[in-house]
Amino acid sequence: LGHGSGGQLMAELLGKVITPGLVAPGPAEDAAVVPFEGGGQAVLSTDGFVVTPRFFPGGDIGSLAVHGTVNDLAMRGAAPVALCLAYVLEEGLPIEELARITASVAAAAVAVGVPVVCGDTKVVGRGAADGLYVTTTGLGVLLPGATVSAARGRPGDVVLLSGPIGLHGTAILSAREDLGFEAEIASDSQPLHRLVARMIAAGGSGVHALRDPTRGGLASALNELAAASGIAIEISEPALPVPQPVAAACELLGLDPLHVANEGCLVALVAPEAADAVLAAMRAGPEGAGARQIGTVAADPAGRVTARTLVGSTRIVDMLVGEQLPRIC
Amino acid sequence: MMTSAAVRGGLRIALHGVVQGVGFRPFVYRTAVSCGLTGDVRNTSGHVEIHAFGSEPALAAFLDRLAREAPAEARIDRVETSPLDAAPPAGFGVRTSSDVDGGGRESPPDLATCDACLRELFDPLDRRYRYPFINCTDCGPRATIVADLPYDRSRTTMSGFPMCPACAAEYRDPADRRFHAEPIACPACGPRLCWRTVGGGPIAYGEDALAEAVAIVDTGGVIAVKGIGGYQIVCDAQNEAAVARVRAGKCRPRKPLAVMVPDVDDAARLGFLGATEVTLLTGTARPIVLVWRWANAPLADGVAPALPEVGVFLPYSPLHHLLLRELGRPLVVTSGNRGGEPIAIDPDTARAVLGPLTDGILDHDRPVLSRYDDSVARVVAGAPRLLRRARGYAPASLALPAPAPEPVLAVGAHLKHTAALAVGDRAVLGPHTGDLESAETFAAFEQVVTRLGRLWAVRPRIAAHDPHPGYLSTQYATARFPRGERVPVQHHHAHVVATAAEHGVREPFLGIAYDGLGYGDDGTLWGGEILLATYTGFRRVGRFGRAPLPGGAAAVRHPARMALGYLYGAEDLGGQAIPDALAAGLLGRLDAREVDVVRRMVRRGLNAPLVSSAGRLFDAVASLLGVADDAGYEGEAAILLEAAAAGHETVDALRWRLVHRDGLWVYDPAPTIVDALERAAGEPVGMVAARFHAALAEVTVAFAESVQCPTRTVCLGGGVFQNRRLAEAVLAGLRAAGFDAYLGERVPVNDGGISYGQAAVAAARLAGKG
Ligand SMILES: [Fe+3]
Ligand SMILES: [Mg+2]
Ligand SMILES: [Zn+2]
Ligand SMILES: [Zn+2]
Repeated sequence: LGHGSGGQLMAELLGKVITPGLVAPGPAEDAAVVPFEGGGQAVLSTDGFVVTPRFFPGGDIGSLAVHGTVNDLAMRGAAPVALCLAYVLEEGLPIEELARITASVAAAAVAVGVPVVCGDTKVVGRGAADGLYVTTTGLGVLLPGATVSAARGRPGDVVLLSGPIGLHGTAILSAREDLGFEAEIASDSQPLHRLVARMIAAGGSGVHALRDPTRGGLASALNELAAASGIAIEISEPALPVPQPVAAACELLGLDPLHVANEGCLVALVAPEAADAVLAAMRAGPEGAGARQIGTVAADPAGRVTARTLVGSTRIVDMLVGEQLPRIC
Repeated sequence: MMTSAAVRGGLRIALHGVVQGVGFRPFVYRTAVSCGLTGDVRNTSGHVEIHAFGSEPALAAFLDRLAREAPAEARIDRVETSPLDAAPPAGFGVRTSSDVDGGGRESPPDLATCDACLRELFDPLDRRYRYPFINCTDCGPRATIVADLPYDRSRTTMSGFPMCPACAAEYRDPADRRFHAEPIACPACGPRLCWRTVGGGPIAYGEDALAEAVAIVDTGGVIAVKGIGGYQIVCDAQNEAAVARVRAGKCRPRKPLAVMVPDVDDAARLGFLGATEVTLLTGTARPIVLVWRWANAPLADGVAPALPEVGVFLPYSPLHHLLLRELGRPLVVTSGNRGGEPIAIDPDTARAVLGPLTDGILDHDRPVLSRYDDSVARVVAGAPRLLRRARGYAPASLALPAPAPEPVLAVGAHLKHTAALAVGDRAVLGPHTGDLESAETFAAFEQVVTRLGRLWAVRPRIAAHDPHPGYLSTQYATARFPRGERVPVQHHHAHVVATAAEHGVREPFLGIAYDGLGYGDDGTLWGGEILLATYTGFRRVGRFGRAPLPGGAAAVRHPARMALGYLYGAEDLGGQAIPDALAAGLLGRLDAREVDVVRRMVRRGLNAPLVSSAGRLFDAVASLLGVADDAGYEGEAAILLEAAAAGHETVDALRWRLVHRDGLWVYDPAPTIVDALERAAGEPVGMVAARFHAALAEVTVAFAESVQCPTRTVCLGGGVFQNRRLAEAVLAGLRAAGFDAYLGERVPVNDGGISYGQAAVAAARLAGKG
């Protein structure tokens, strides 16, 4: 159960069970850069999508599948070129629903500007799946001048965040559990490749690391970057853009907005000399209109993420450990 | 302990225990000389070694007097003697330290200013008249200034102050009270006071600095003072505005503040002092003592709002004596930190953090090496119980029931954090460092671990830790110790073992752990647990009924949530449900949307883990009775519920019910809650609160009588037993029912005692393997 929330347990599952047998060593990245003969470099990413409910304020599983994969490519500094789509359908899924989701995939792909070039559909028996699963694979090409990697964060970097946090996770939760926040909170699901293209154009190799804080939230994304780069990240809690309805919902539900999933923002570690230009480029488009600096990078203690609180003390920001278990005695 | 030695001539005597930094060598010298012996005495690492030469009766008399006349602060655990084949020297010498072995090492705690030094402090003819750093072998800083053992001036933060000829003469004179008083100092050679304003450097020194500080406090200002174990914040405890300013600065809206008074008579004007309270207040450890306060106690309301108790203590350093003598009134003296951070010990942190909160810093140039907050104690069932073990107590070692075959680091829990080290048959419980939430506290924890290891000259290869994956202490252990070298110790097992180990209880015993939350063996959260325990393991034989914790930690911060948890999701144990109508008061006070969301969370199990907790039941009842819907600090609702019950002495208990479920005895709190709410319609809330305490005491005794158990020994642990009313009723009830019942004394029953419990369990498990 705990493995699904995208925090520490997931990291352990990947580290101990899955990656050792399959993947070349290196820092965990959202997408892989694959060199091929002739000197070209392709970027490849794949992602499975399971979400309940399949339709939620701000999107659905179809658009989410497109945005998620496009964003994973973008986090590696790539422009998307083509998408593949695979469905696993549970027998009994209404055809109209499948049509609606497929239309959403198509619309999202058009908006992104990337064709869905191939696909696959499998149907499994009742109970063998929960309605519908989507897997999207994305092919991209490295943007000129892009050298981003989770391991390239350096002491002195500034930490930039492209927009508000906590929207997607609270929207999904509210829709799934019928909590009544739907009127105020919609998912931030959106493609970020144009934002990244502007950032790379403005900052070049000064854009050191990018990550979209999806499952596990900003806290997990920052911890992953800190671990992969061997750096310390300090963010300022008052600087975090948490929309008021999200803050209210998190307070009611006992969630830390830093642990709530996002699908339409990114966090970047940027060389200080490039920071102004990159921030301006981020703000030049709608996805980055609310971009701001939220923190800084230091050398020590490596791997540690802290948040300076309103009163001036520093709180250690953990990855989510399974379900959020209270630590209070 | 004593070995009578049939020896002619020479004898080597090794004394183990607390024998360093307590004026032991001068005592040995005086005794040896008066017995007519020659030879010498020296501190080695961890023990005192004596080479004594004389007639057989003289040596025997000497050994006898060593045991009987040792200084009050000394504790001799073990005496080893062996014949010494050497030529007797002329006279009796006192040697400086030599580091000859790495055996057991005891670092002495800090000692409050002794009466002799106090007389000199206020004697205009004494050369140390009004000198804020006066001390002798019977008193003064120890643990806070020692970098390494053996305890010697060169290994303390006094090494930077070369002695003047007068001090050097006293230091070298075996007959002098200051013979080898390592922190010896005087106005000519020692540290001096200075007064710093917020932005700038020192602007006054010595008496002038003191006068500036006194004038500011006198006129309602707030100052920081460099104390023994770190900086403190000080203001007039009768000045409402000053107290409010301290609270705002520390981000501490409601948690009570400690009050220092000039002497024990002044303390008696603030609250009721029994003989045990007086002994605690005036002892060399000088903890903050929680006492029942008089209704007309001359204190600002903001000191301990809404509480029937107040924490008082007496001056323990010459500087505190000077301040209190000048001001002659109760002062708030509270740790110098911002909410959530450890107490500041270095001048830069003090200036950065405390500067903005105060009108200036009464500083000095004797560095504080180790951070020691003031200890806190309360008398429960006639015995002193530490709620916070720090200055004056730590790092004195405690016995372990089973010796550790190799050194073990016990990393503690998460809140009220301490770490402990097990070395051989002793455990050193490090000082309280605070809640392990902030990076600053985490760093303080790492410093404690390093310092304990250095003082005891060990590098533990084994770590004992809590199984809670989210505790930063657990993460510390897993990051630094490979799996095979980690010993996980269940939270409540550690709680009850801490009590058992402190009292040297024989296993097996019945452990009763009542606290807020701890990680259970089954992955759920525990907190009202009956364990049949040994030092190595336990079997759960009883528990409290479960309820959801809606919103996790949010339900702990908002006891009203917890009340809703019981209302909508209490475990069905076959008894009555709690009708909504009874909770109309609570439901009327809360936002309708919050109630609705919480009800959905409970129904759908959304971020609402199930807990079997005594502490959370206290929270829920406090909220249902309208005593507290929110907790401004850990345990506030329970503290207020206890406070509400004050004055209702003998009452009948609320209804309760114990059922047998899946092999466990389970307390069903629903009938108790229903009864509480029904009675609250017609009785004062305090009376119902008192009945609730009585019910839990009866339930506890019933647990002990119901479970299949081969022993009559019961060990109580967990933060809920900080509640004096409950603890006294449970102890009395258990004893009346024929049980031997124990509650922590030197080891806090709250999570501050967890590391000691972990150390004891790990040592016992390793010993069992070996
Ligand atoms: Fe506990
Ligand atoms: Mg992804
Ligand atoms: Zn003295
Ligand atoms: Zn001197």
